[in-house]
This record gives sequence, C-alpha cells and structure tokens, in this order.
Amino acid sequence: MESRRNPRAVVDPKVRQVGFFTSSQPDSTQQPDPIASESHPVSSISPSGNSLSPVMIPPPRHTSSDTFPIRAAAASAVSPSSFSYSSRRDFPDGSTTASPGRVSRGSFAKSSVPAASSLPGVGMDSMAAAKSSSVPASGLTTVSVVNMPAGLSEKATGMEVQSDQKKNSKPLKEKTTKAERRALQEAQRAAKAAAKVEGGKAPPVTSGSVASTNVKANKPAKPASQKNDGVAAAGGASEKKGGPSEKDRKKDAPHPRMQYDDESRVVKAKRRAVVKQTEAKNRVELFRHLPQYEHGTQLPDLETKFFQLDPMHPAVYKVGLQYLSGDISGGNARCIAMLQAFQEVVKDYSTPPEKTLNRDMTAKISSYVSFLIECRPLSISMGNAIRFLKNRIAKLPITLSESEAKTALQSDIERFINEKIITADNVIVKHAVTKIRDGDVLLTYGSPSAVEMVLLHAHELKKKFRVLVVDSRPKLEGQLLLRRLIKRGINCTYTHINAISYIMHEVTKVFLGASSVLSNGTVYSRVGTACVAMVANAFRVPVLVCCEAYKFHERVQLDSICSNELGDPNAISKVHGREDINYLDGLTNNANLQFLNLMYDATPSDYISMIITDYGMVPPTSVPVIVREYQKEHLLV
Amino acid sequence: MPDVQSTVLEFVNKLRKRKIEGSQATARCTVELLRSVISQHRVPHANQASALIDAVKAVGEQLVAANPVELAVGNVVRRVLHIIREEDLSLTTAAMGGLDLLDASDDDEDVCNKGIGYPAMSAAVVAAAARSTLRPPSLQTLLEGTPESATVPYTSSSGADSESKTADKSSITRKLKHDVIESVNQLIHEIAGCHEQIAEQAIEHIHQNEVILTLGSSRTVLEFLCAAKEKKRSFRVFVAEGAPRYQGHLLAKELVARGLQTTVITDSAVFAMISRVNMVIIGAHAVMANGGVIGPVGVNMAALAAKKHAVPFVVLAGCHKLCPLYPHNPEVLLNELRSPSELLDFGEFSDCLDFGAGSGSPLLQVVNPTFDYVPPNLVSLFITDTGGHNPSYMYRLIADYYSADDLVM
Repeated sequence: MESRRNPRAVVDPKVRQVGFFTSSQPDSTQQPDPIASESHPVSSISPSGNSLSPVMIPPPRHTSSDTFPIRAAAASAVSPSSFSYSSRRDFPDGSTTASPGRVSRGSFAKSSVPAASSLPGVGMDSMAAAKSSSVPASGLTTVSVVNMPAGLSEKATGMEVQSDQKKNSKPLKEKTTKAERRALQEAQRAAKAAAKVEGGKAPPVTSGSVASTNVKANKPAKPASQKNDGVAAAGGASEKKGGPSEKDRKKDAPHPRMQYDDESRVVKAKRRAVVKQTEAKNRVELFRHLPQYEHGTQLPDLETKFFQLDPMHPAVYKVGLQYLSGDISGGNARCIAMLQAFQEVVKDYSTPPEKTLNRDMTAKISSYVSFLIECRPLSISMGNAIRFLKNRIAKLPITLSESEAKTALQSDIERFINEKIITADNVIVKHAVTKIRDGDVLLTYGSPSAVEMVLLHAHELKKKFRVLVVDSRPKLEGQLLLRRLIKRGINCTYTHINAISYIMHEVTKVFLGASSVLSNGTVYSRVGTACVAMVANAFRVPVLVCCEAYKFHERVQLDSICSNELGDPNAISKVHGREDINYLDGLTNNANLQFLNLMYDATPSDYISMIITDYGMVPPTSVPVIVREYQKEHLLV
Repeated sequence: MPDVQSTVLEFVNKLRKRKIEGSQATARCTVELLRSVISQHRVPHANQASALIDAVKAVGEQLVAANPVELAVGNVVRRVLHIIREEDLSLTTAAMGGLDLLDASDDDEDVCNKGIGYPAMSAAVVAAAARSTLRPPSLQTLLEGTPESATVPYTSSSGADSESKTADKSSITRKLKHDVIESVNQLIHEIAGCHEQIAEQAIEHIHQNEVILTLGSSRTVLEFLCAAKEKKRSFRVFVAEGAPRYQGHLLAKELVARGLQTTVITDSAVFAMISRVNMVIIGAHAVMANGGVIGPVGVNMAALAAKKHAVPFVVLAGCHKLCPLYPHNPEVLLNELRSPSELLDFGEFSDCLDFGAGSGSPLLQVVNPTFDYVPPNLVSLFITDTGGHNPSYMYRLIADYYSADDLVM
C-alpha cells in the first residue's frame, strides 16, 4: 500500500484553484488534504486541516499515514451487527462450527452492511425513522469519531489482520465440503427470513422499477463509461483497456442509456435479468422510455431466488433487496450501502485460476451492479462511485499480490466513503452554517440529509432560526425530518408543497438537497424541488443547494422527462392515513386512468443562487469546472 | 316575515360552519334566498326601490360576514342590488317618458327620444339615471354635469311632477317587485347554466392530441373538458391530485367515468410535467377586479411553471365569480386555513411535542391554506359565460354586472 502510493505523491503536487480565493497555499508539497479544503470560517475537523480558499480543488492524494486514522475511525463505525440482515444469533452454533472461516465471515457474521445499522449513535428507535436518519446521523457522529482517532487505529489494524487471515482461508472456498454447504444454506435461509421481516416492515414506496439506464445498454452490463475511462488504460492492467486513447476519449461521453421503448433491447435485457418483473398495465405514454413495472412483484420472487443466485454475493444481494423494499433510500445512504457491500465482496474475493484479478473482479462488480440496477435504477452518485471503484481495480499494479490488492481496494473504498461522502458532508455543513443568521426563516423540501446536518449544526451553534419543512406526497419524507428537528428543539412549520406560495413570503433562505448536479447546472433532485426553487425565485428568495461533489456528473439534461425514475403508481391512488379519500379505489385498472409517480425532477440552473459543495460555495455555472477537475482527480486518486 | 328571517339565519349558520362549499352552490343558495327576501318584503308606496335595496343589503351584510372568504356571496348580493336599481331605473324612465319598453339599453336612443318627443321631461333626471346604471360613459352623460344626486332616480316623485305619473304610481309599485323577481330568476338561471355557456366554447380552445393540466376539482372544468370530448376531440388530461384535499382524485374519477384519458400526478410533479403540457385549465374560486385569480391551493405554483414554459394558463369562471374588489394581500386576507390534521397525524407526533407546556410557543406549526392567489400577469385568458377575456379587461366586465354604489357593502 505504502509502496504504491508514495511515488504518486511526488508526481502531482499542484493545487488547482478555481474561482477567486483569498489565501494562496504556497506549500503545496505539504499535500493538502481534500477534506481540509474549506473556507476561512471553518475550523478544520481533519487532523491536517489547513484552511484554504473558499473554492479550491486540491490534488487528491494523501500519504496513507495521514488519512489512516480517519479511515480507521470509519471502519470502526462500520463495524458489525447493530442491525443485521441475518442476525448472528439466528443460526445455530453447530452449523457454524463446521466451517467457521467460510460461513461466519464469508456471508453473514460481519454483514452489517446497511448504512442504517453501520453507524454508531443512530437512534434505532423505529425502522421508519432509521431509514432516512441513517445518513445524517453518520455524518454527525463521525465528526466526533474523527476527533479521537488514536484509540481507533487499533481496530483498523485488527481489520487488516482479519483480512489477512481470510486470505489464508480463501483456498477453502473452492472446495467446500458438504457440511459447509449445508451451513451456508442454513445461513441463507435465516437471511431470507430476516429479509422478509424487513420487507414487511417497510412500506414498498420506493420504486422497484428495475433495470435501467446505462448499464443494460452494453452487454456485460457495465455502467456507462466506467470501464473505459482513459487513464485507466495506462495502468496496463488489461489489454482491452489498453486500447487507443482516442477511442477512450470518445467513450468519455456518457453512454446512451437504455431506452425502454426500444423493443428488441428490452427483450434482450429481459433475458439477462435476474429479477423478473411484470410490466405495469397502465403505462404512461410519455414515459415509455423508462421502465414501468408492477410494484411488489419482485420481492417475493427475488427471495425465492436466493439459493440459485450462486454468483451473487450475499452482501450485494442484501443491499439489493433493501433498495427494492425501500429500506435504504437517499443518495448518500444508498451509495454508502453499496460501497460497503462491495467492500465485503472484495474481502471475500479470490481470483479464480487462470484469470487476472483486475479483469475478473471488474466483471464481477459489473454483474453485481446490474443486479442492483434491476432492484432499483442507480442514482448518479452511485454511478460515480462505481466508476471510481472500477478505476481503482483497473489500475492495480499487477505486481501486487492478491491480498495486497484486496487490502488496497478495501481501503480505497473506505477512503471514498470517508472523503467523498462523510467528510464532504462535514465540510458542506461548515460552509452552509455561515449562511444562517439569527432570525432567519429557512425553508427545506423533503428530507435532504446534508441540509438536515446543516440545520442541526446551526442549532448547536445556538443560532436562532425557524425551519419550514415542505413536504409532498406520496413519500412524505418531510415528516421524518420534521420529527427529528423537533426532537432537537428546533422551531418548525410544516406544510405541503401546494401551500408553498403561501409561506414563501416569510422565508429568507431556501436550502435544498440534490441527487445530482449536472454539468449544465441543472439540479437533479427529489421531485418537487424544482417547484420550490421556482417559487422561491419568483419571491426573490435565495436558493442554496447542498450537494457533495461526488454527485456531480458531466451529463446534461434539460427536462425531467428524458431521464427519470418512476415510483410505485399505486402509492398515488392510496392516500395513507386518510380513509375518506377513496375516490380512485376501484379504478386502478381502468384503461383511461394512469398514475404517474415521478421520483426526480430537474431544476433549471437559473433558479439556483448557489451550490454548496465540499469544494466551497459555487454558482451553478461553475459546476462543469468542478466536474472536469473532479473527474481528473477521480482517476488519479 | 319571520320565516324569511329564519331561513336567513339558517343559511348564515351553514356558511359559517362551511357546510356549503364551492362558489357555485353558494351563489345559487344566496340568490334563491335573496329572491324570497324580496318577494316577502312588504314595499312601501314611496321609495320602494330604496326600501328593497335596504332589505337586501341588510341580509347581504349578514351573509358576507358569515363567510367573508366566499366571495360569491358578496358578488350575488351586489348583483341583486344592481338588478333592483336597474329595474327601478327602467321603470322610472319608462314612466317619465311614457314609453313602455325604453329598456335602458342605449344611451343614444335615450337621448334621441328625449330630444324629439318629450321636451318637457327634465334632462337632469335622465342623465342622472343613466349615470347611476353604470352605462358605458358617453361623452354626453359626462358633460351634462348635473349635481350628483344618487337618490334622484329612486325617489321617483322628486324628479318630475306630471299628472300622468302619479296616476301610474300604483301600477309601478307592483311592477317593480315583479320585474325584480323576474330578473332575479334570470340570474338564477344564468348561474345554473354558466357551465354550459362556458363549455360551449371548449371546442374553440382544445385541439386534437392536446395535453391539458388541471388541478382542483371544478365542475366548470369538468364540463368544459367533457364538452370537448363529446365533440370527438381526443386529448389527454393531467390532473394534479391537490393534497391535502385530494380534489384531483375526485376530478380524475369523474373524468375517467366520462371516458377521458386521465393521468393523475402528484402536486410536486407539476413543474416536471408542465414542459409537455399544452395548456393549463383551472376553475377559479373567484376572479378579482384586477384580473387576479383566487383558486385552489397550488394554483400559483402551476401558473408560475406555466409562465416559465410559456404554456397558456386558462381560467374558467362563471359570472358569479367575478368580484368587483381589488385585492390587497389576497394570499393572506382572502384565504382560509383548514385543519392541520389533514397534513399531520398528531398521534404520531405526540411524543415529540410538549404541547406548549412550559415553553412559550409551540415548536410545531402546521399551515394548511385553502386558496392561492394568481396575479393577473400569470393568467393568459379568462373564459366566462360571455366569452374569452384578457385579465386586463376584467374590470370592465365587472362594471357591467355591478353598480358602483354597491362595491362597498
């Protein structure tokens, strides 16, 4: 690991600075940590916090010793089993004893993948609350964790030792004994039962519209342009990647996504699909190009498939089910859960004979990703994370031994989670809090995790402000946010999005979250965000969007139609908690009536006053700059 | 007239408790009530018109006070007052002129008749009468600047003292009430039939394969869309569900029942979908004199989105929805907050609320407004039962329906 990284640190010492900046940082050789790229008012949270200009893009390297404590901290945060898919107690000890190494580690014992469970200090009071509380909580708690890294580094080393051990036990995996197989089955059954319970608990609100977008388009299901990101080839990892760079450049443009009105392709995709879904009968004509499936049909089907999905890693499978059932939602939570699942995958990986690690693992990841897509279309942030991971895999030097490579990859993933998500959120909070003044009336929409952290932090700083929580059907995520804010003692007003013009008079600032920011400045976010931004704009209220830079994407989009995700249409006809609203009860199968449950919309950049990201506060016009710089960094990390 | 009093009280109670909702239903109830008030009111011999006006005004004030947000009540009361004034004027001019049906329709004709046949009549009376009816102000009536006396035409004896007139008096008394009730009946008819009048114009505005967005549940919109459908136009309707009242669901149900292609969307998807919509059609709750619209909550959002995407924003309004007032801060003053329980289940939140115990103000507030105000610059077109109009023309339309004396009740 050390040997791999040190040379690079020498290679690229330059600091990119974007926009206007106050203090220049002369000693760029000192390797400014990305997490420290904050503006003046921010007291740095990272150990090596040197405050930089408001907007700057630092080079993406660290000596690993520098960041290791943080990584370790998060590793401990991720440590096992506060809530697990198959709780350990469930399966009898007898079965585990047969093959302690294989079963307990390989599949379940350490399988606390979901973000909800993995983060310390999350109130586990109710599943519903946990669903979206997970990420903010993670962000906030890690602050404190990061502050005392010393005690935690032990755990990290422990982790390393473990993985080494596992390497030793790896060969066992190839030839499993009968007893081992039985143990595995046992465990899987337990897992399935747990999944069922979870599935029952969670209302199936999230879309399970499966399969989608970019990935299915190219055959072996590789998300977008991941695999061919130019520089990856330089690693000389695989001959395929080593192709001409012009070709790679061309492929840098986002791959055309799967269009569901293209029948031949849909048929092909169906043949490949792991998850079989029934198509919705009443499809909305305008959205033929998006997958429209009956909801609730996949979950039981998938569960029965559990045993047949040999190549599927249980951690990935579990995350997929959680996406499907809606237990994990929210961009960050989904991304973290996926990355942690992939971490498990890497940990349990062993190169098959006569294959190279780089290529085989990339293929594996790709197949997992296509499974996840079938469970729920990827968010753009997840696409970025996958691209990062594949890049890392492709660039592993062949000289590394398998265990070294795996450790490197795991720490890479860890680092991505820490730097790009958790630390980024902390930085965003530091930036955004400076924009909140006493007496402000802040409006937020839905339940954006970053904004929640901002509000809570501002409250901790004893700022006096009021929050208007605007919500919309059918998810009513705002109620969860409202509940958490009230518990902290923040003065709140709650209303539905229809009343937005009524309350906008009193608002002084609007804080919004984003699923992604596209390079034309369009903010792609929870449906309704555009409405809120538009009304705020009409009332001359500034709109601030909090979004981590890893969610930026070079794609462009003008409307909310061409690319979107469709949720469960039945969620619209049924009004939760209002039995008197039953006008549409008998009509759901009427050919004349369709329900459209859009998940996202695109907010034009002219409604956005400012985007608060981990690189500082930028106008929407600066997004392409950050995308460009970030992507370079991305490849270099 | 104790029975009238009791029905008035009953109606006031209903209004106060919001038992009657929807401007059309309210308007019809109001006008029927006023008709019975008029018919049972015993008119004195002299000054009968003003006596009627006073009676109607008294009732009207009660009704308006009962539900000041329901502007249709005030509109109808003003309308009835206007009818009384007009009938009285036409009778006066007829009596003075000895012309039976000089139905005050045309000033020029008025002037002509006066000039040629009846030189004895006081020009001042006619001029004043003409002014009081809010006739289109012609140059002549303006220049004949008689000292203002609004009461002149009503106290019919003061204007002229010819022999024939006093003889006719008894017949006039009976005739006035009769005429007023006739006209009020016409008004009832008009209110009941405004849907058809508006729906008739649908075919001129909806083309084949159109995509229409609507929100709220309005019978006018329903009839309008169905009228186009009956004329074999095929088009598609997006209905925003209108949380928390979900009237969109109701509308969607009826549209589907009539065989229209309907898609229900969430309110938050309005902006996302507006780029594919050809026209936004909504039913108004009330139309203000400046051309602003009060409609179901969420309308302003849709109007802004429509403006952004240059989608025509069409408002359907029956004549009883035209309100002669100019709004001031209508979002707040002409609005009504409904129960917060429609938004939040307080049972679920009981654990994190301290219900104001100890702390001064409660931590949680819930806002649930009923109406939304759309400023006139966001409206492309009004379709009323008299045809299509620009927002800037509404003041003039309103002047046709109400007399200036009644604007402030």
